[in-house]
Amino acid sequence: MAFEVPKEKFQGRIREVAIGATKEQGGTRSVRLVLGGSNGLPFHRFESEMPHKPLVAMDVVDTMRVVPDQLVSSMGPVVKDPVEWARKCESEWGADVLLLRLLSANPDEENRPVEECVSLVQKVLKSVSLPLIVYGCGSEEKDAKLMEAVSNAAKGEKLFLGQAEEKAYKSITAAAMANGHGIVAFSNLDINLAKQMNILLLDFGMKPENIIMDPLMAALGMGLEYSYSVIERLRQSALSGDPVLQMPMLCDCSCAWTVPDAVEESLDKGRSELRGQNWEKITAYSALVAGADMVVMRHPKAVAGLKDALADLMGGV
Amino acid sequence: MPTAMEIYKLLPKKNCGECKFPTCLAFAMQLANQKVALAACPYVSPEAKVALEESGAPPIKLVTFGTADAAAKIGDETQLFRHDKAFFHPTVLGIIADDAEGIDMVKAKLETARSLSFERVGQIIRVDSVAVRHSTGTPQEFLDAVRYAAGIGLPVTIMTEDPKLMAEALALCAPGRPLLYRATPQNFDDMITVAKACAFPLVIGGTASAEELSSLTEKAKKAGVVDLVLEPSGSTANDMLEKLTTIRRAAIKKKFRPLGYPTVTVLGKSPRDEIKAALGVMKYSSMVLMEDVSREFIYPLMALRQNIFTDPQVPIQVKAGLYKVGEPTDKSPVLFTSNFSLTYFTVRADIEKSKLPVWLLVVDTDGQSVMTAFAAGKLTPESVAKAIEAEKVKEKNTRNELMIPGQVSRMSGKLNELTNMKVVVGPRESSGLPKVLKAMSV
Ligand code: B12
Ligand code: SF4
Repeated sequence: MAFEVPKEKFQGRIREVAIGATKEQGGTRSVRLVLGGSNGLPFHRFESEMPHKPLVAMDVVDTMRVVPDQLVSSMGPVVKDPVEWARKCESEWGADVLLLRLLSANPDEENRPVEECVSLVQKVLKSVSLPLIVYGCGSEEKDAKLMEAVSNAAKGEKLFLGQAEEKAYKSITAAAMANGHGIVAFSNLDINLAKQMNILLLDFGMKPENIIMDPLMAALGMGLEYSYSVIERLRQSALSGDPVLQMPMLCDCSCAWTVPDAVEESLDKGRSELRGQNWEKITAYSALVAGADMVVMRHPKAVAGLKDALADLMGGV
Repeated sequence: MPTAMEIYKLLPKKNCGECKFPTCLAFAMQLANQKVALAACPYVSPEAKVALEESGAPPIKLVTFGTADAAAKIGDETQLFRHDKAFFHPTVLGIIADDAEGIDMVKAKLETARSLSFERVGQIIRVDSVAVRHSTGTPQEFLDAVRYAAGIGLPVTIMTEDPKLMAEALALCAPGRPLLYRATPQNFDDMITVAKACAFPLVIGGTASAEELSSLTEKAKKAGVVDLVLEPSGSTANDMLEKLTTIRRAAIKKKFRPLGYPTVTVLGKSPRDEIKAALGVMKYSSMVLMEDVSREFIYPLMALRQNIFTDPQVPIQVKAGLYKVGEPTDKSPVLFTSNFSLTYFTVRADIEKSKLPVWLLVVDTDGQSVMTAFAAGKLTPESVAKAIEAEKVKEKNTRNELMIPGQVSRMSGKLNELTNMKVVVGPRESSGLPKVLKAMSV
């Protein structure tokens, strides 16, 4: 029987979205990175274009409150100092992008004042030259003020601010728009919600090339299968031509460190520190295979392992 | 399945009615709906029979090896994406012991493979097969290794490209119906002869392209070897994805029979090879053989397999009801949780860590997690109160106190109103339970 390799062509294409701005572009970052641009299924380079390699962001948290013990012990004391932590991500650990979480602003926790948080953002901007994503603390009221201040302080840097949610997106989107920053649009494992979120942002005046979607990555063993399928379906809808879903996707895989199986002591399952790294690596790898354009990760060794695996998925580069 | 018209064309067209249908066409329509068996017509020609059986076969053949109580089943998939329906046969994971490592190491490896079995969310996940490979050892060392493998109780793959040695090796584990690895363009005819004689499934590999692979499977089939497993070649993960996708698409979308077989991926020791096992699980490798794999990697890999192969329509759930953890009395604490398997087993394991007896009320949430069910309105003070009633909690326990998950603290007031029980808000994560339970018992 004659054989013909079955190839698939799609009419749609994932939009290219740029993060960070260099001096010429009005910022101080050393690079501007681009996500998206593909017109086929992830890594299906035999039948489609994939002009940009997916990016690996590393997250930096401004409070020890949420850093798991396993990370403290294996990453060392830098985790106590967000600026040092950010520096290491850039100089040693191979991050493409930084995600700074201003969790200590939370009024129910440390309640750090807006000015202090902003000054941390400025310090990080001075100390590292990678493109930056900045998340607030999750309290709607506080984030409204915080994000406005962050936006102003980083004028021209083309940050991405997060996260815009269905019920709380206006103030953060306004803050992003004011200074030409981008936005991370969060939705909860639901394609219709993801679409709705993008429509809300577009109606509000956000430019489509400034939106990255976060469809919620559930960790390995904690509902990963739901995320995997939602990401695959989002990608397919985008490729089939739905313009509202053609934004690149970000998947936050740092959640792997909250999974009991990943980190508990159990000799049968090997050393917990190494298991945790593999847990995060596999979570991120499956996000990429499903269609993520950027993954957020924590452990330097998981990042190194993932980057090597990603090069192999790209065909050896 | 073929259509009624396709079937009709192959029937004798006598309209004799012996099949209990007035016409051949009426019979064809029943056949197409799988309401009757072809055997009801005494006049179908043998050729028509073969043709009909063939066109009704699943797009990817199911291949089984191992013994009845430890069988590996691979193939018989019908989808490219799990969300379109489901993936059915979890990727079989196997560990390779090589005769170059020496018999002691081989034995140790095979024993390790057997020990890699865990319980996770109520299911057993394990390494489900072993393989013995001939490389630089002597034939005798190889045969000793195969003999040992035959005794460990897992399906075995015999790896040698030497047909004579294959014949000797398979005789050592014949009752176990091993998988033979492999026929290549170089040894094809002789290996086919060996496979035909024993009727065990055979891997075909070592080809340059999917096309060459398909011409070999056709040759094998003509020679009477029908239980085949495909090994596409590929160096990078990108290659691997391309080849496995090509085969899966050809089989499912094009119904291209010569590639309608399960697939196997054989991996080496490098970190890149290790993570390729995860790619195989997600993207169409029916079986993955690994050379060296750490416990720290195999466990999350098996969790991934479990995730990818769950039915997207039905979350894994446990039966609602009042469960005992340890030997609780009428004074022991009562806790409630959801009937999502993941939630139930997580909470239960945390309670067990406290070593204290507890009543665990599992409320029906349609298999959703506490938070999801609460957000979706499927876990409400009313549904909890109803469960307390139905399970006669107050008769079995006189403490009159209920601990609820920290994340649903908002339901405490209403729940207290409905049940008259004292409501205690527990920790947000069940990992906090041992500490809290211990404090309660003093
Ligand atoms: C997978 C998932 C889904 C899956 C469902 C999986 C399932 N079978 O339940 C799907 C995709 C279907 C889904 C849907 C929705 N989800 Co959902 N989902 C998740 C996700 C990613 C994981 C949930 C999970 O499995 N957790 C693991 C289990 C073990 O957690 P758990 O049951 O809560 O149990 C823990 C604790 O509660 C506690 N605990 C449990 N029992 C007990 C008992 C006692 C006594 C104690 C002390 C403690 C305790 O310990 C456990 C371990 O820590 C979470 C986000 C996340 N990362 O957690 C969101 C999440 C739960 N979902 C959420 C929402 C809003 C929804 C939707 C309503 C979204 C929408 N609008 O469509 C829908 C509702 C579905 C519907 N309409 O039917 C929100 C809930 C927000 C809130 N605060 O109420 C979450 C938190 C995401 C978020 N950050 O916004 N979801
Ligand atoms: S028994 Fe066969 S030949 Fe006779 S009517 Fe039925 S299908 Fe036709």
